[in-house]
Amino acid sequence: MATLDTDVLVIGGGSTGAGVAWDSALRGLHVTLVDRQDFATGTSGRFHGLLHSGGRYAVKDPSSARECASENRILRQVAADCIEDTGGLFVSVPEDDQEYPDRFLRSCRGAEMEVEEIPVAEALRLEPLLNPRITRAFRVSDGSIDSWKTVSALLRGAQAHGARVLPYHKVVRVVRQGDRVQGAVLEDQRTGEQVTVTAACTVNAAGAWSGQVAALAGCEVGVMPGKGVMVAINHRLANSVVNRCHLPGDGDIIVPVRTVCVIGTTDHPVADPDDTEPRPEEIHQMMEAGEALIPGFKYTRAVRAWAGSRPLLPKAKSGAVADDREVTRSHSVLDHEERDGVAGLVTVAGGKFTTLRLMAEDTVDMVTRKLGRELACQTKTEPLPGSESHRYYWVGNRQEEAEADEPDDPLICECELVSQQDLQTVVARRPAWNLDDIRRALRVGMGPCQGGFCAFRVAGILHAQQRYDRPEANRALRDFVQERWKGVKLVSWGHQARQDRLDRWIFEGVYDLEHLPE
Amino acid sequence: MTTLSWGAEAWAEVRLSLDHCIKCTVCETACPVAAVTGLFPGPKTVGPQAERFRAGEHSPDLSVDYCSGCGICSRVCPQEVRIAELNSRARAELKRERGIPLRDQLVARPGLLGRTGRPVAPLFNWAMANPLIRYLGEKTVGIHRKAPVPKSVGRTFSYWVSHHRSVPRERRVVYFHGCSTQWYEPHVGQKVVAILEHNGFQVVAPRQDCCGLPLQSNGIFDAARQAATRLARQLSVSGTEELPIIASSTSCGLMMKREAREILGADTAELRSVSSRTYDIFEFLLELHQRGELRTDFKPVPLTVAYHAPCQQQNQLIGKPALEVLRLIPGLRLLELDRSCCGIAGTYGVKREKYDIAMQVGEPLFADILAAGPDLVACDSETCRWQISGATGATSVHPLEILHRAYGGS
Repeated sequence: MATLDTDVLVIGGGSTGAGVAWDSALRGLHVTLVDRQDFATGTSGRFHGLLHSGGRYAVKDPSSARECASENRILRQVAADCIEDTGGLFVSVPEDDQEYPDRFLRSCRGAEMEVEEIPVAEALRLEPLLNPRITRAFRVSDGSIDSWKTVSALLRGAQAHGARVLPYHKVVRVVRQGDRVQGAVLEDQRTGEQVTVTAACTVNAAGAWSGQVAALAGCEVGVMPGKGVMVAINHRLANSVVNRCHLPGDGDIIVPVRTVCVIGTTDHPVADPDDTEPRPEEIHQMMEAGEALIPGFKYTRAVRAWAGSRPLLPKAKSGAVADDREVTRSHSVLDHEERDGVAGLVTVAGGKFTTLRLMAEDTVDMVTRKLGRELACQTKTEPLPGSESHRYYWVGNRQEEAEADEPDDPLICECELVSQQDLQTVVARRPAWNLDDIRRALRVGMGPCQGGFCAFRVAGILHAQQRYDRPEANRALRDFVQERWKGVKLVSWGHQARQDRLDRWIFEGVYDLEHLPE
Repeated sequence: MTTLSWGAEAWAEVRLSLDHCIKCTVCETACPVAAVTGLFPGPKTVGPQAERFRAGEHSPDLSVDYCSGCGICSRVCPQEVRIAELNSRARAELKRERGIPLRDQLVARPGLLGRTGRPVAPLFNWAMANPLIRYLGEKTVGIHRKAPVPKSVGRTFSYWVSHHRSVPRERRVVYFHGCSTQWYEPHVGQKVVAILEHNGFQVVAPRQDCCGLPLQSNGIFDAARQAATRLARQLSVSGTEELPIIASSTSCGLMMKREAREILGADTAELRSVSSRTYDIFEFLLELHQRGELRTDFKPVPLTVAYHAPCQQQNQLIGKPALEVLRLIPGLRLLELDRSCCGIAGTYGVKREKYDIAMQVGEPLFADILAAGPDLVACDSETCRWQISGATGATSVHPLEILHRAYGGS
């Protein structure tokens, strides 16, 4: 069995782990990051894409609001290329508590957020589909952030500073010598081979799965997965983030992220963080809830539904937790030496995508203290790869690029404007284990047809280029299409049902997907 | 972000239709422009797909300007995506940002050209036929030197109609003649009046200006909306508010029927009323015939006529009524040209950078015409007639001119 040596072993390749890897690497530590799957496949790849202004937490969770406001400003500098500066609105509808907006305004100012009340007419001019019955409107600095792009940039940055990243490596055993964690044994999910990583410090950044990882070390962290359901709508009904101005509830945020807008979310405690199958009533609830913000919302075309697991850490409140939203959305860095008498292991839990940088800073601060290497954090000012020019991305960028593309570089994903050259670039950078890896890198299969017209092209091109042999290509195609259908079948009514039937006719009727030779 | 003034509801309806797209690609296979040039990526690409990327302060795509606006995509879409309407709007947005070239300002205003040319018609016609002047016109203004240009006439249709004695009748119709009849082809209007009077109608032809269609197709939406609204007012003469409105220019008829509201978002009570009462001339005549009210005292017309149904006529979704009416004429040998588009698409094909595309689009049609060698080509749209004659040398007429001849006209 191979053995790798590192300063810091980070378990979990979501936004938290990637943030920790970037922070550690920038401080000069050697870091190895591992994930049981591809990167950003857990909670980070399953969120709505909201870069919080803090407004959502302003009234109920002021410390989270303050953190969000401050981290929002920093990320806009260092991760601009992953962010679209959509701006956000908080709007009060007649059914909402009409006292709340004043509290909201006071709380936002208290949290040092940028907030401005605007006339209702101005809000309606900005967002013509907004409920014309809104009574108040506030402009905040919400944005949308591309999780895969962010995690990819963090990891590329970390690698440029010497980090090693191992996707599809599952921790099967935490190596413990007496009261000290010394690393982990990993199993490559593709080959079954095992590898041991010995580390001076191990960081459990497995988010909603951190309880499972901690258990391998004989520790307990008490993370409570909170399931949140989201539905993506075929196009952007609003170009700003639209929030309901009330105490946070279900289905009260619509986020324009890339070419779609996402409504979210619910919050439902679950025992297993892999329990991410939305229930039909939850989807129905989202579609109905959207009506308050955008009348007619429930009749628009939903392209897909999914759920993610928040890594909630019930520490601030005492007694039984009635509602997940009572739990603070701030994060904690747990020192297992102090808590459980187990040295060499740190868990970072709680938090949210917007505060990923701060979570990493706090975590690596603890790691460096433990290692006795006081190195200063640099992530507040060091831009991520791609964000050196501090320019935000814009939804129209891909269309502009497609216009400039060579005519002999055909589009392979028409919905998300991915060209054959884009595919080449990505597979040259990192071999794709499956088509879902390519999806996360390029957004292939994420548009209205959900893979209907691009999946066979991608599989065919990779086979023609001998990156996949025939069984691999067939398996990759089948797995990808079936994974896409999991999210489509939940919203298969109206226009998406027509798409669904056409796609199934293509794959089942023409390709006989179920019986492709392997 | 809404940056053009716009009927919000009409636009919302058009824009939301992008959600109907299931990528089936029927529109791409039917688009006559994408078939001949890589400069236009195709209606699905530029329409429901690109629309998902349009947000904010500037247009991400320039290629939408190569959409000719023929509207075939919207017509063939099995899911009722309003593709051409999406494109029209996107083109207007692009023009708003980038400014509208003088050339487009000129070709968008047929009345301006008509008024300028009429008093000096011989000189105007000489100039338009002069290769050097046309060469200079291409280099300076950007109108292709070979592009078809109508001939100016000394007397307008409105002059003729003001001197025309009409017999008072119980059954009356309003005639919407359009700019080409007014400035270039008054004989078409005279024949419309003759045909309608022959069938027992009194024709009311109020003073009227441009419907705004060329402004719309050149992306000049605000002026187009004003024009359409003004025309609706002009066509609503006191005492005629219930009467059918007969249009002999098929594209202008479609503008009043639908496009002014659906593309421009114009919305006045007069326009709604005009929309509901506007008929294509042959649509009206065919309905008369179906009720047994069309006079069929036809003389034989011993000619071979090839008929081309223009896109904007087809987009009215009324079939090919001209073909059905002309079939009633004895002795007439009628060939149906089964081709989609002649390429001109109003003012598209006169532009320097688009002339070659337009000619390629029309090539299958021109080839059929040349192979058939008819005595006349009949087509309901004036710009298509000019394009067809320019490209093939064939004489092209409005199909109602054939009908007029069958009724004994000269």
